[in-house]
Amino acid sequence: MVQKLTEQVGPYFGEFGGRFVPESLIAALDELDETYQHAKNDPEFIAELAHLHKTYTGRPSIITEAPKFAASIGDIRVFLKREDLNHTGSHKINNVLGQALLAKRMGKSRIIAETGAGQHGVASATAAALLGLECVVYMGAVDTVRQALNVARMRLLGAEVIPVTTGSRTLKDAINEALRDWVANVENTHYLLGTVAGPHPFPTMVRDFHSVIGIEARQQMLDQFGSLPDVVAACVGGGSNAIGIFHAFLDDESVRLVGMEAAGDGVDTLRHAATLSMGRPGVLHGAKSYLLQDEDGQTLESHSISAGLDYPGVGPEHAWLKDIGRAEYIPVTDTEAMEALKLLSRNEGIIPAIETAHALAGIEKLMPTLRPGSKILVNLSGRGDKDMETAAKYFGLI
Amino acid sequence: MSRTEDVLRRNKGNGGSLIGYFPLGYPSLKESIDAAVVMCESGVDVLELGIPYSDPVMDGIVIQQATEQALANGFRLRHTFDAIREVTSRVSAPVLVMTYWNPVMQYGQEKFASELAAVGASGAITPDLIPDEASGWIGATNNHGLDRVFLATPTSSPARTESACANSVGFVYAVSTMGITGAREDLDQKAKQVVAEVRTQSSDSMTAVGIGVSTAAQVRDINSYADGAIVGSAFVKAYQQGGLDGLRRKVSELAKGKSK
Ligand SMILES: Cc1ncc(COP(=O)(O)O)c(C=O)c1O
Repeated sequence: MVQKLTEQVGPYFGEFGGRFVPESLIAALDELDETYQHAKNDPEFIAELAHLHKTYTGRPSIITEAPKFAASIGDIRVFLKREDLNHTGSHKINNVLGQALLAKRMGKSRIIAETGAGQHGVASATAAALLGLECVVYMGAVDTVRQALNVARMRLLGAEVIPVTTGSRTLKDAINEALRDWVANVENTHYLLGTVAGPHPFPTMVRDFHSVIGIEARQQMLDQFGSLPDVVAACVGGGSNAIGIFHAFLDDESVRLVGMEAAGDGVDTLRHAATLSMGRPGVLHGAKSYLLQDEDGQTLESHSISAGLDYPGVGPEHAWLKDIGRAEYIPVTDTEAMEALKLLSRNEGIIPAIETAHALAGIEKLMPTLRPGSKILVNLSGRGDKDMETAAKYFGLI
Repeated sequence: MSRTEDVLRRNKGNGGSLIGYFPLGYPSLKESIDAAVVMCESGVDVLELGIPYSDPVMDGIVIQQATEQALANGFRLRHTFDAIREVTSRVSAPVLVMTYWNPVMQYGQEKFASELAAVGASGAITPDLIPDEASGWIGATNNHGLDRVFLATPTSSPARTESACANSVGFVYAVSTMGITGAREDLDQKAKQVVAEVRTQSSDSMTAVGIGVSTAAQVRDINSYADGAIVGSAFVKAYQQGGLDGLRRKVSELAKGKSK
């Protein structure tokens, strides 16, 4: 029997995924996998998470149509799945609450997290405050500067933020440091990984926690707008918000799935983070997937104006979806993303995160292949408050 | 069959073995080759030469900074084979490489194994490759008669330790403590438990203890229950502080831990 695309549960997605980590972590990954397998079928866990999402996250998130933004692009309709309205300002909280509850189930008193834009760090610090866990967040020293507001938020919430000064000083190096911490403190610590990368079970588990986005959106499109969308679009850093909204649509053949990667200064330069467009298969941070690397397999530094997309790897399920042709991935430059950020702000009164702006900017590139009146569903993964300093500088606002 | 295993077995009952790590290309390829030779001259029985990698998650700050510098100074993967050819022509100790998995995957595991064997290397330690993911590597190393060293740790289940023993050739790397490389003053009792589990699962596997070893007393203690002590960061630090002479002194000092 042919397995449905929605039924893939890892550890492998085609040739991608697996566990390329030191033996020291295998027991913890096994414990996490067992705890998760049990919890996901446990009515008590399901109810607890659903209750938190209803009373704390603010789920379900709404869908907002963006007619003026759409008209500025062409004859299409654009629908925004408003993950920016979640508590803490992005989709990241969906996964964080799920994993924080699992940490409690495993009796772990301490969580560690990596963060790029700071959104996953803020969500982790928030969950730690809510559930009474100690929280340490690793953040590249470059990112602590460009997302300084989020550093202050995490500290206010009681988390310890450790700037990482090795390597490229961005998200990749923050993950390295978190893995080192985990190896040393695995007995009392859960590594609350913030995207669909890493060793099994992370890519599957994090996807499942975010799949609520697509499940809600699919039903909302049918109920409120009468049909499935023609295109579902999302930005791709590690790939969590994208897989979260894609997953419910994987077996809907009529729905085109498009991920927008950060092209930085352009994919014809060395300064970009377009892993699926420009990388090739390899191993980074515990999984086999596409990555940006040199001939020797050394990871290359990525570049993007958006800290949350500035990562040379990507989740293994995306690598597989690309290879089997179920999803497509296109690069979007810094300039294009910033223009889209301004366009949505001016036309709809919604300031998106710079990460999210990549998804909005990519729509224009699809126009030549779209029928008039096409319905585009975009995952509005986060709000732009954290990016005000970058935007102010970029547009010369203050 | 395995020269590494032979050396460890021969030294057993005779004070034991000292396995020394040094990163290739640090601070330059030539200087790392000289360091490797000095280590063998002053008491190292098995050499472990590290291949610098951009994302060394198993390494502490000393080795991280050294390998980062090696890369900045122009180390390329192909230099591994040049260096090992020269080292093996100058010393008789078995030479293993210690490498993260992605460089091997990109080079091609079969080609990597074949070229290692051609330059006289004894095999490889692969800290982020577990036996479960290693079917290709097991085939490639078998084809070329190379050692392959997997890790057993304080949290490994009996079944996983059994798998590390069954799949390793040369020795089993017993991880002394939960943590990354870097000198530690006291090694916990966990090292003994890991070695005991290795013995339970496989009565004839050689096993060496690493992570955190930095004194002659630790080398002596480890060799009282295991088949070798592995030292890395302490040697790199000694080299940083005193050059080849400092390295020679440190290796000689730790090698004293082998006398009974
Ligand atoms: C708002 C927002 N969108 C997207 C991302 C990218 O992550 P992912 O690709 O895992 O969704 C981030 C990461 O920080 C983010 O904050």
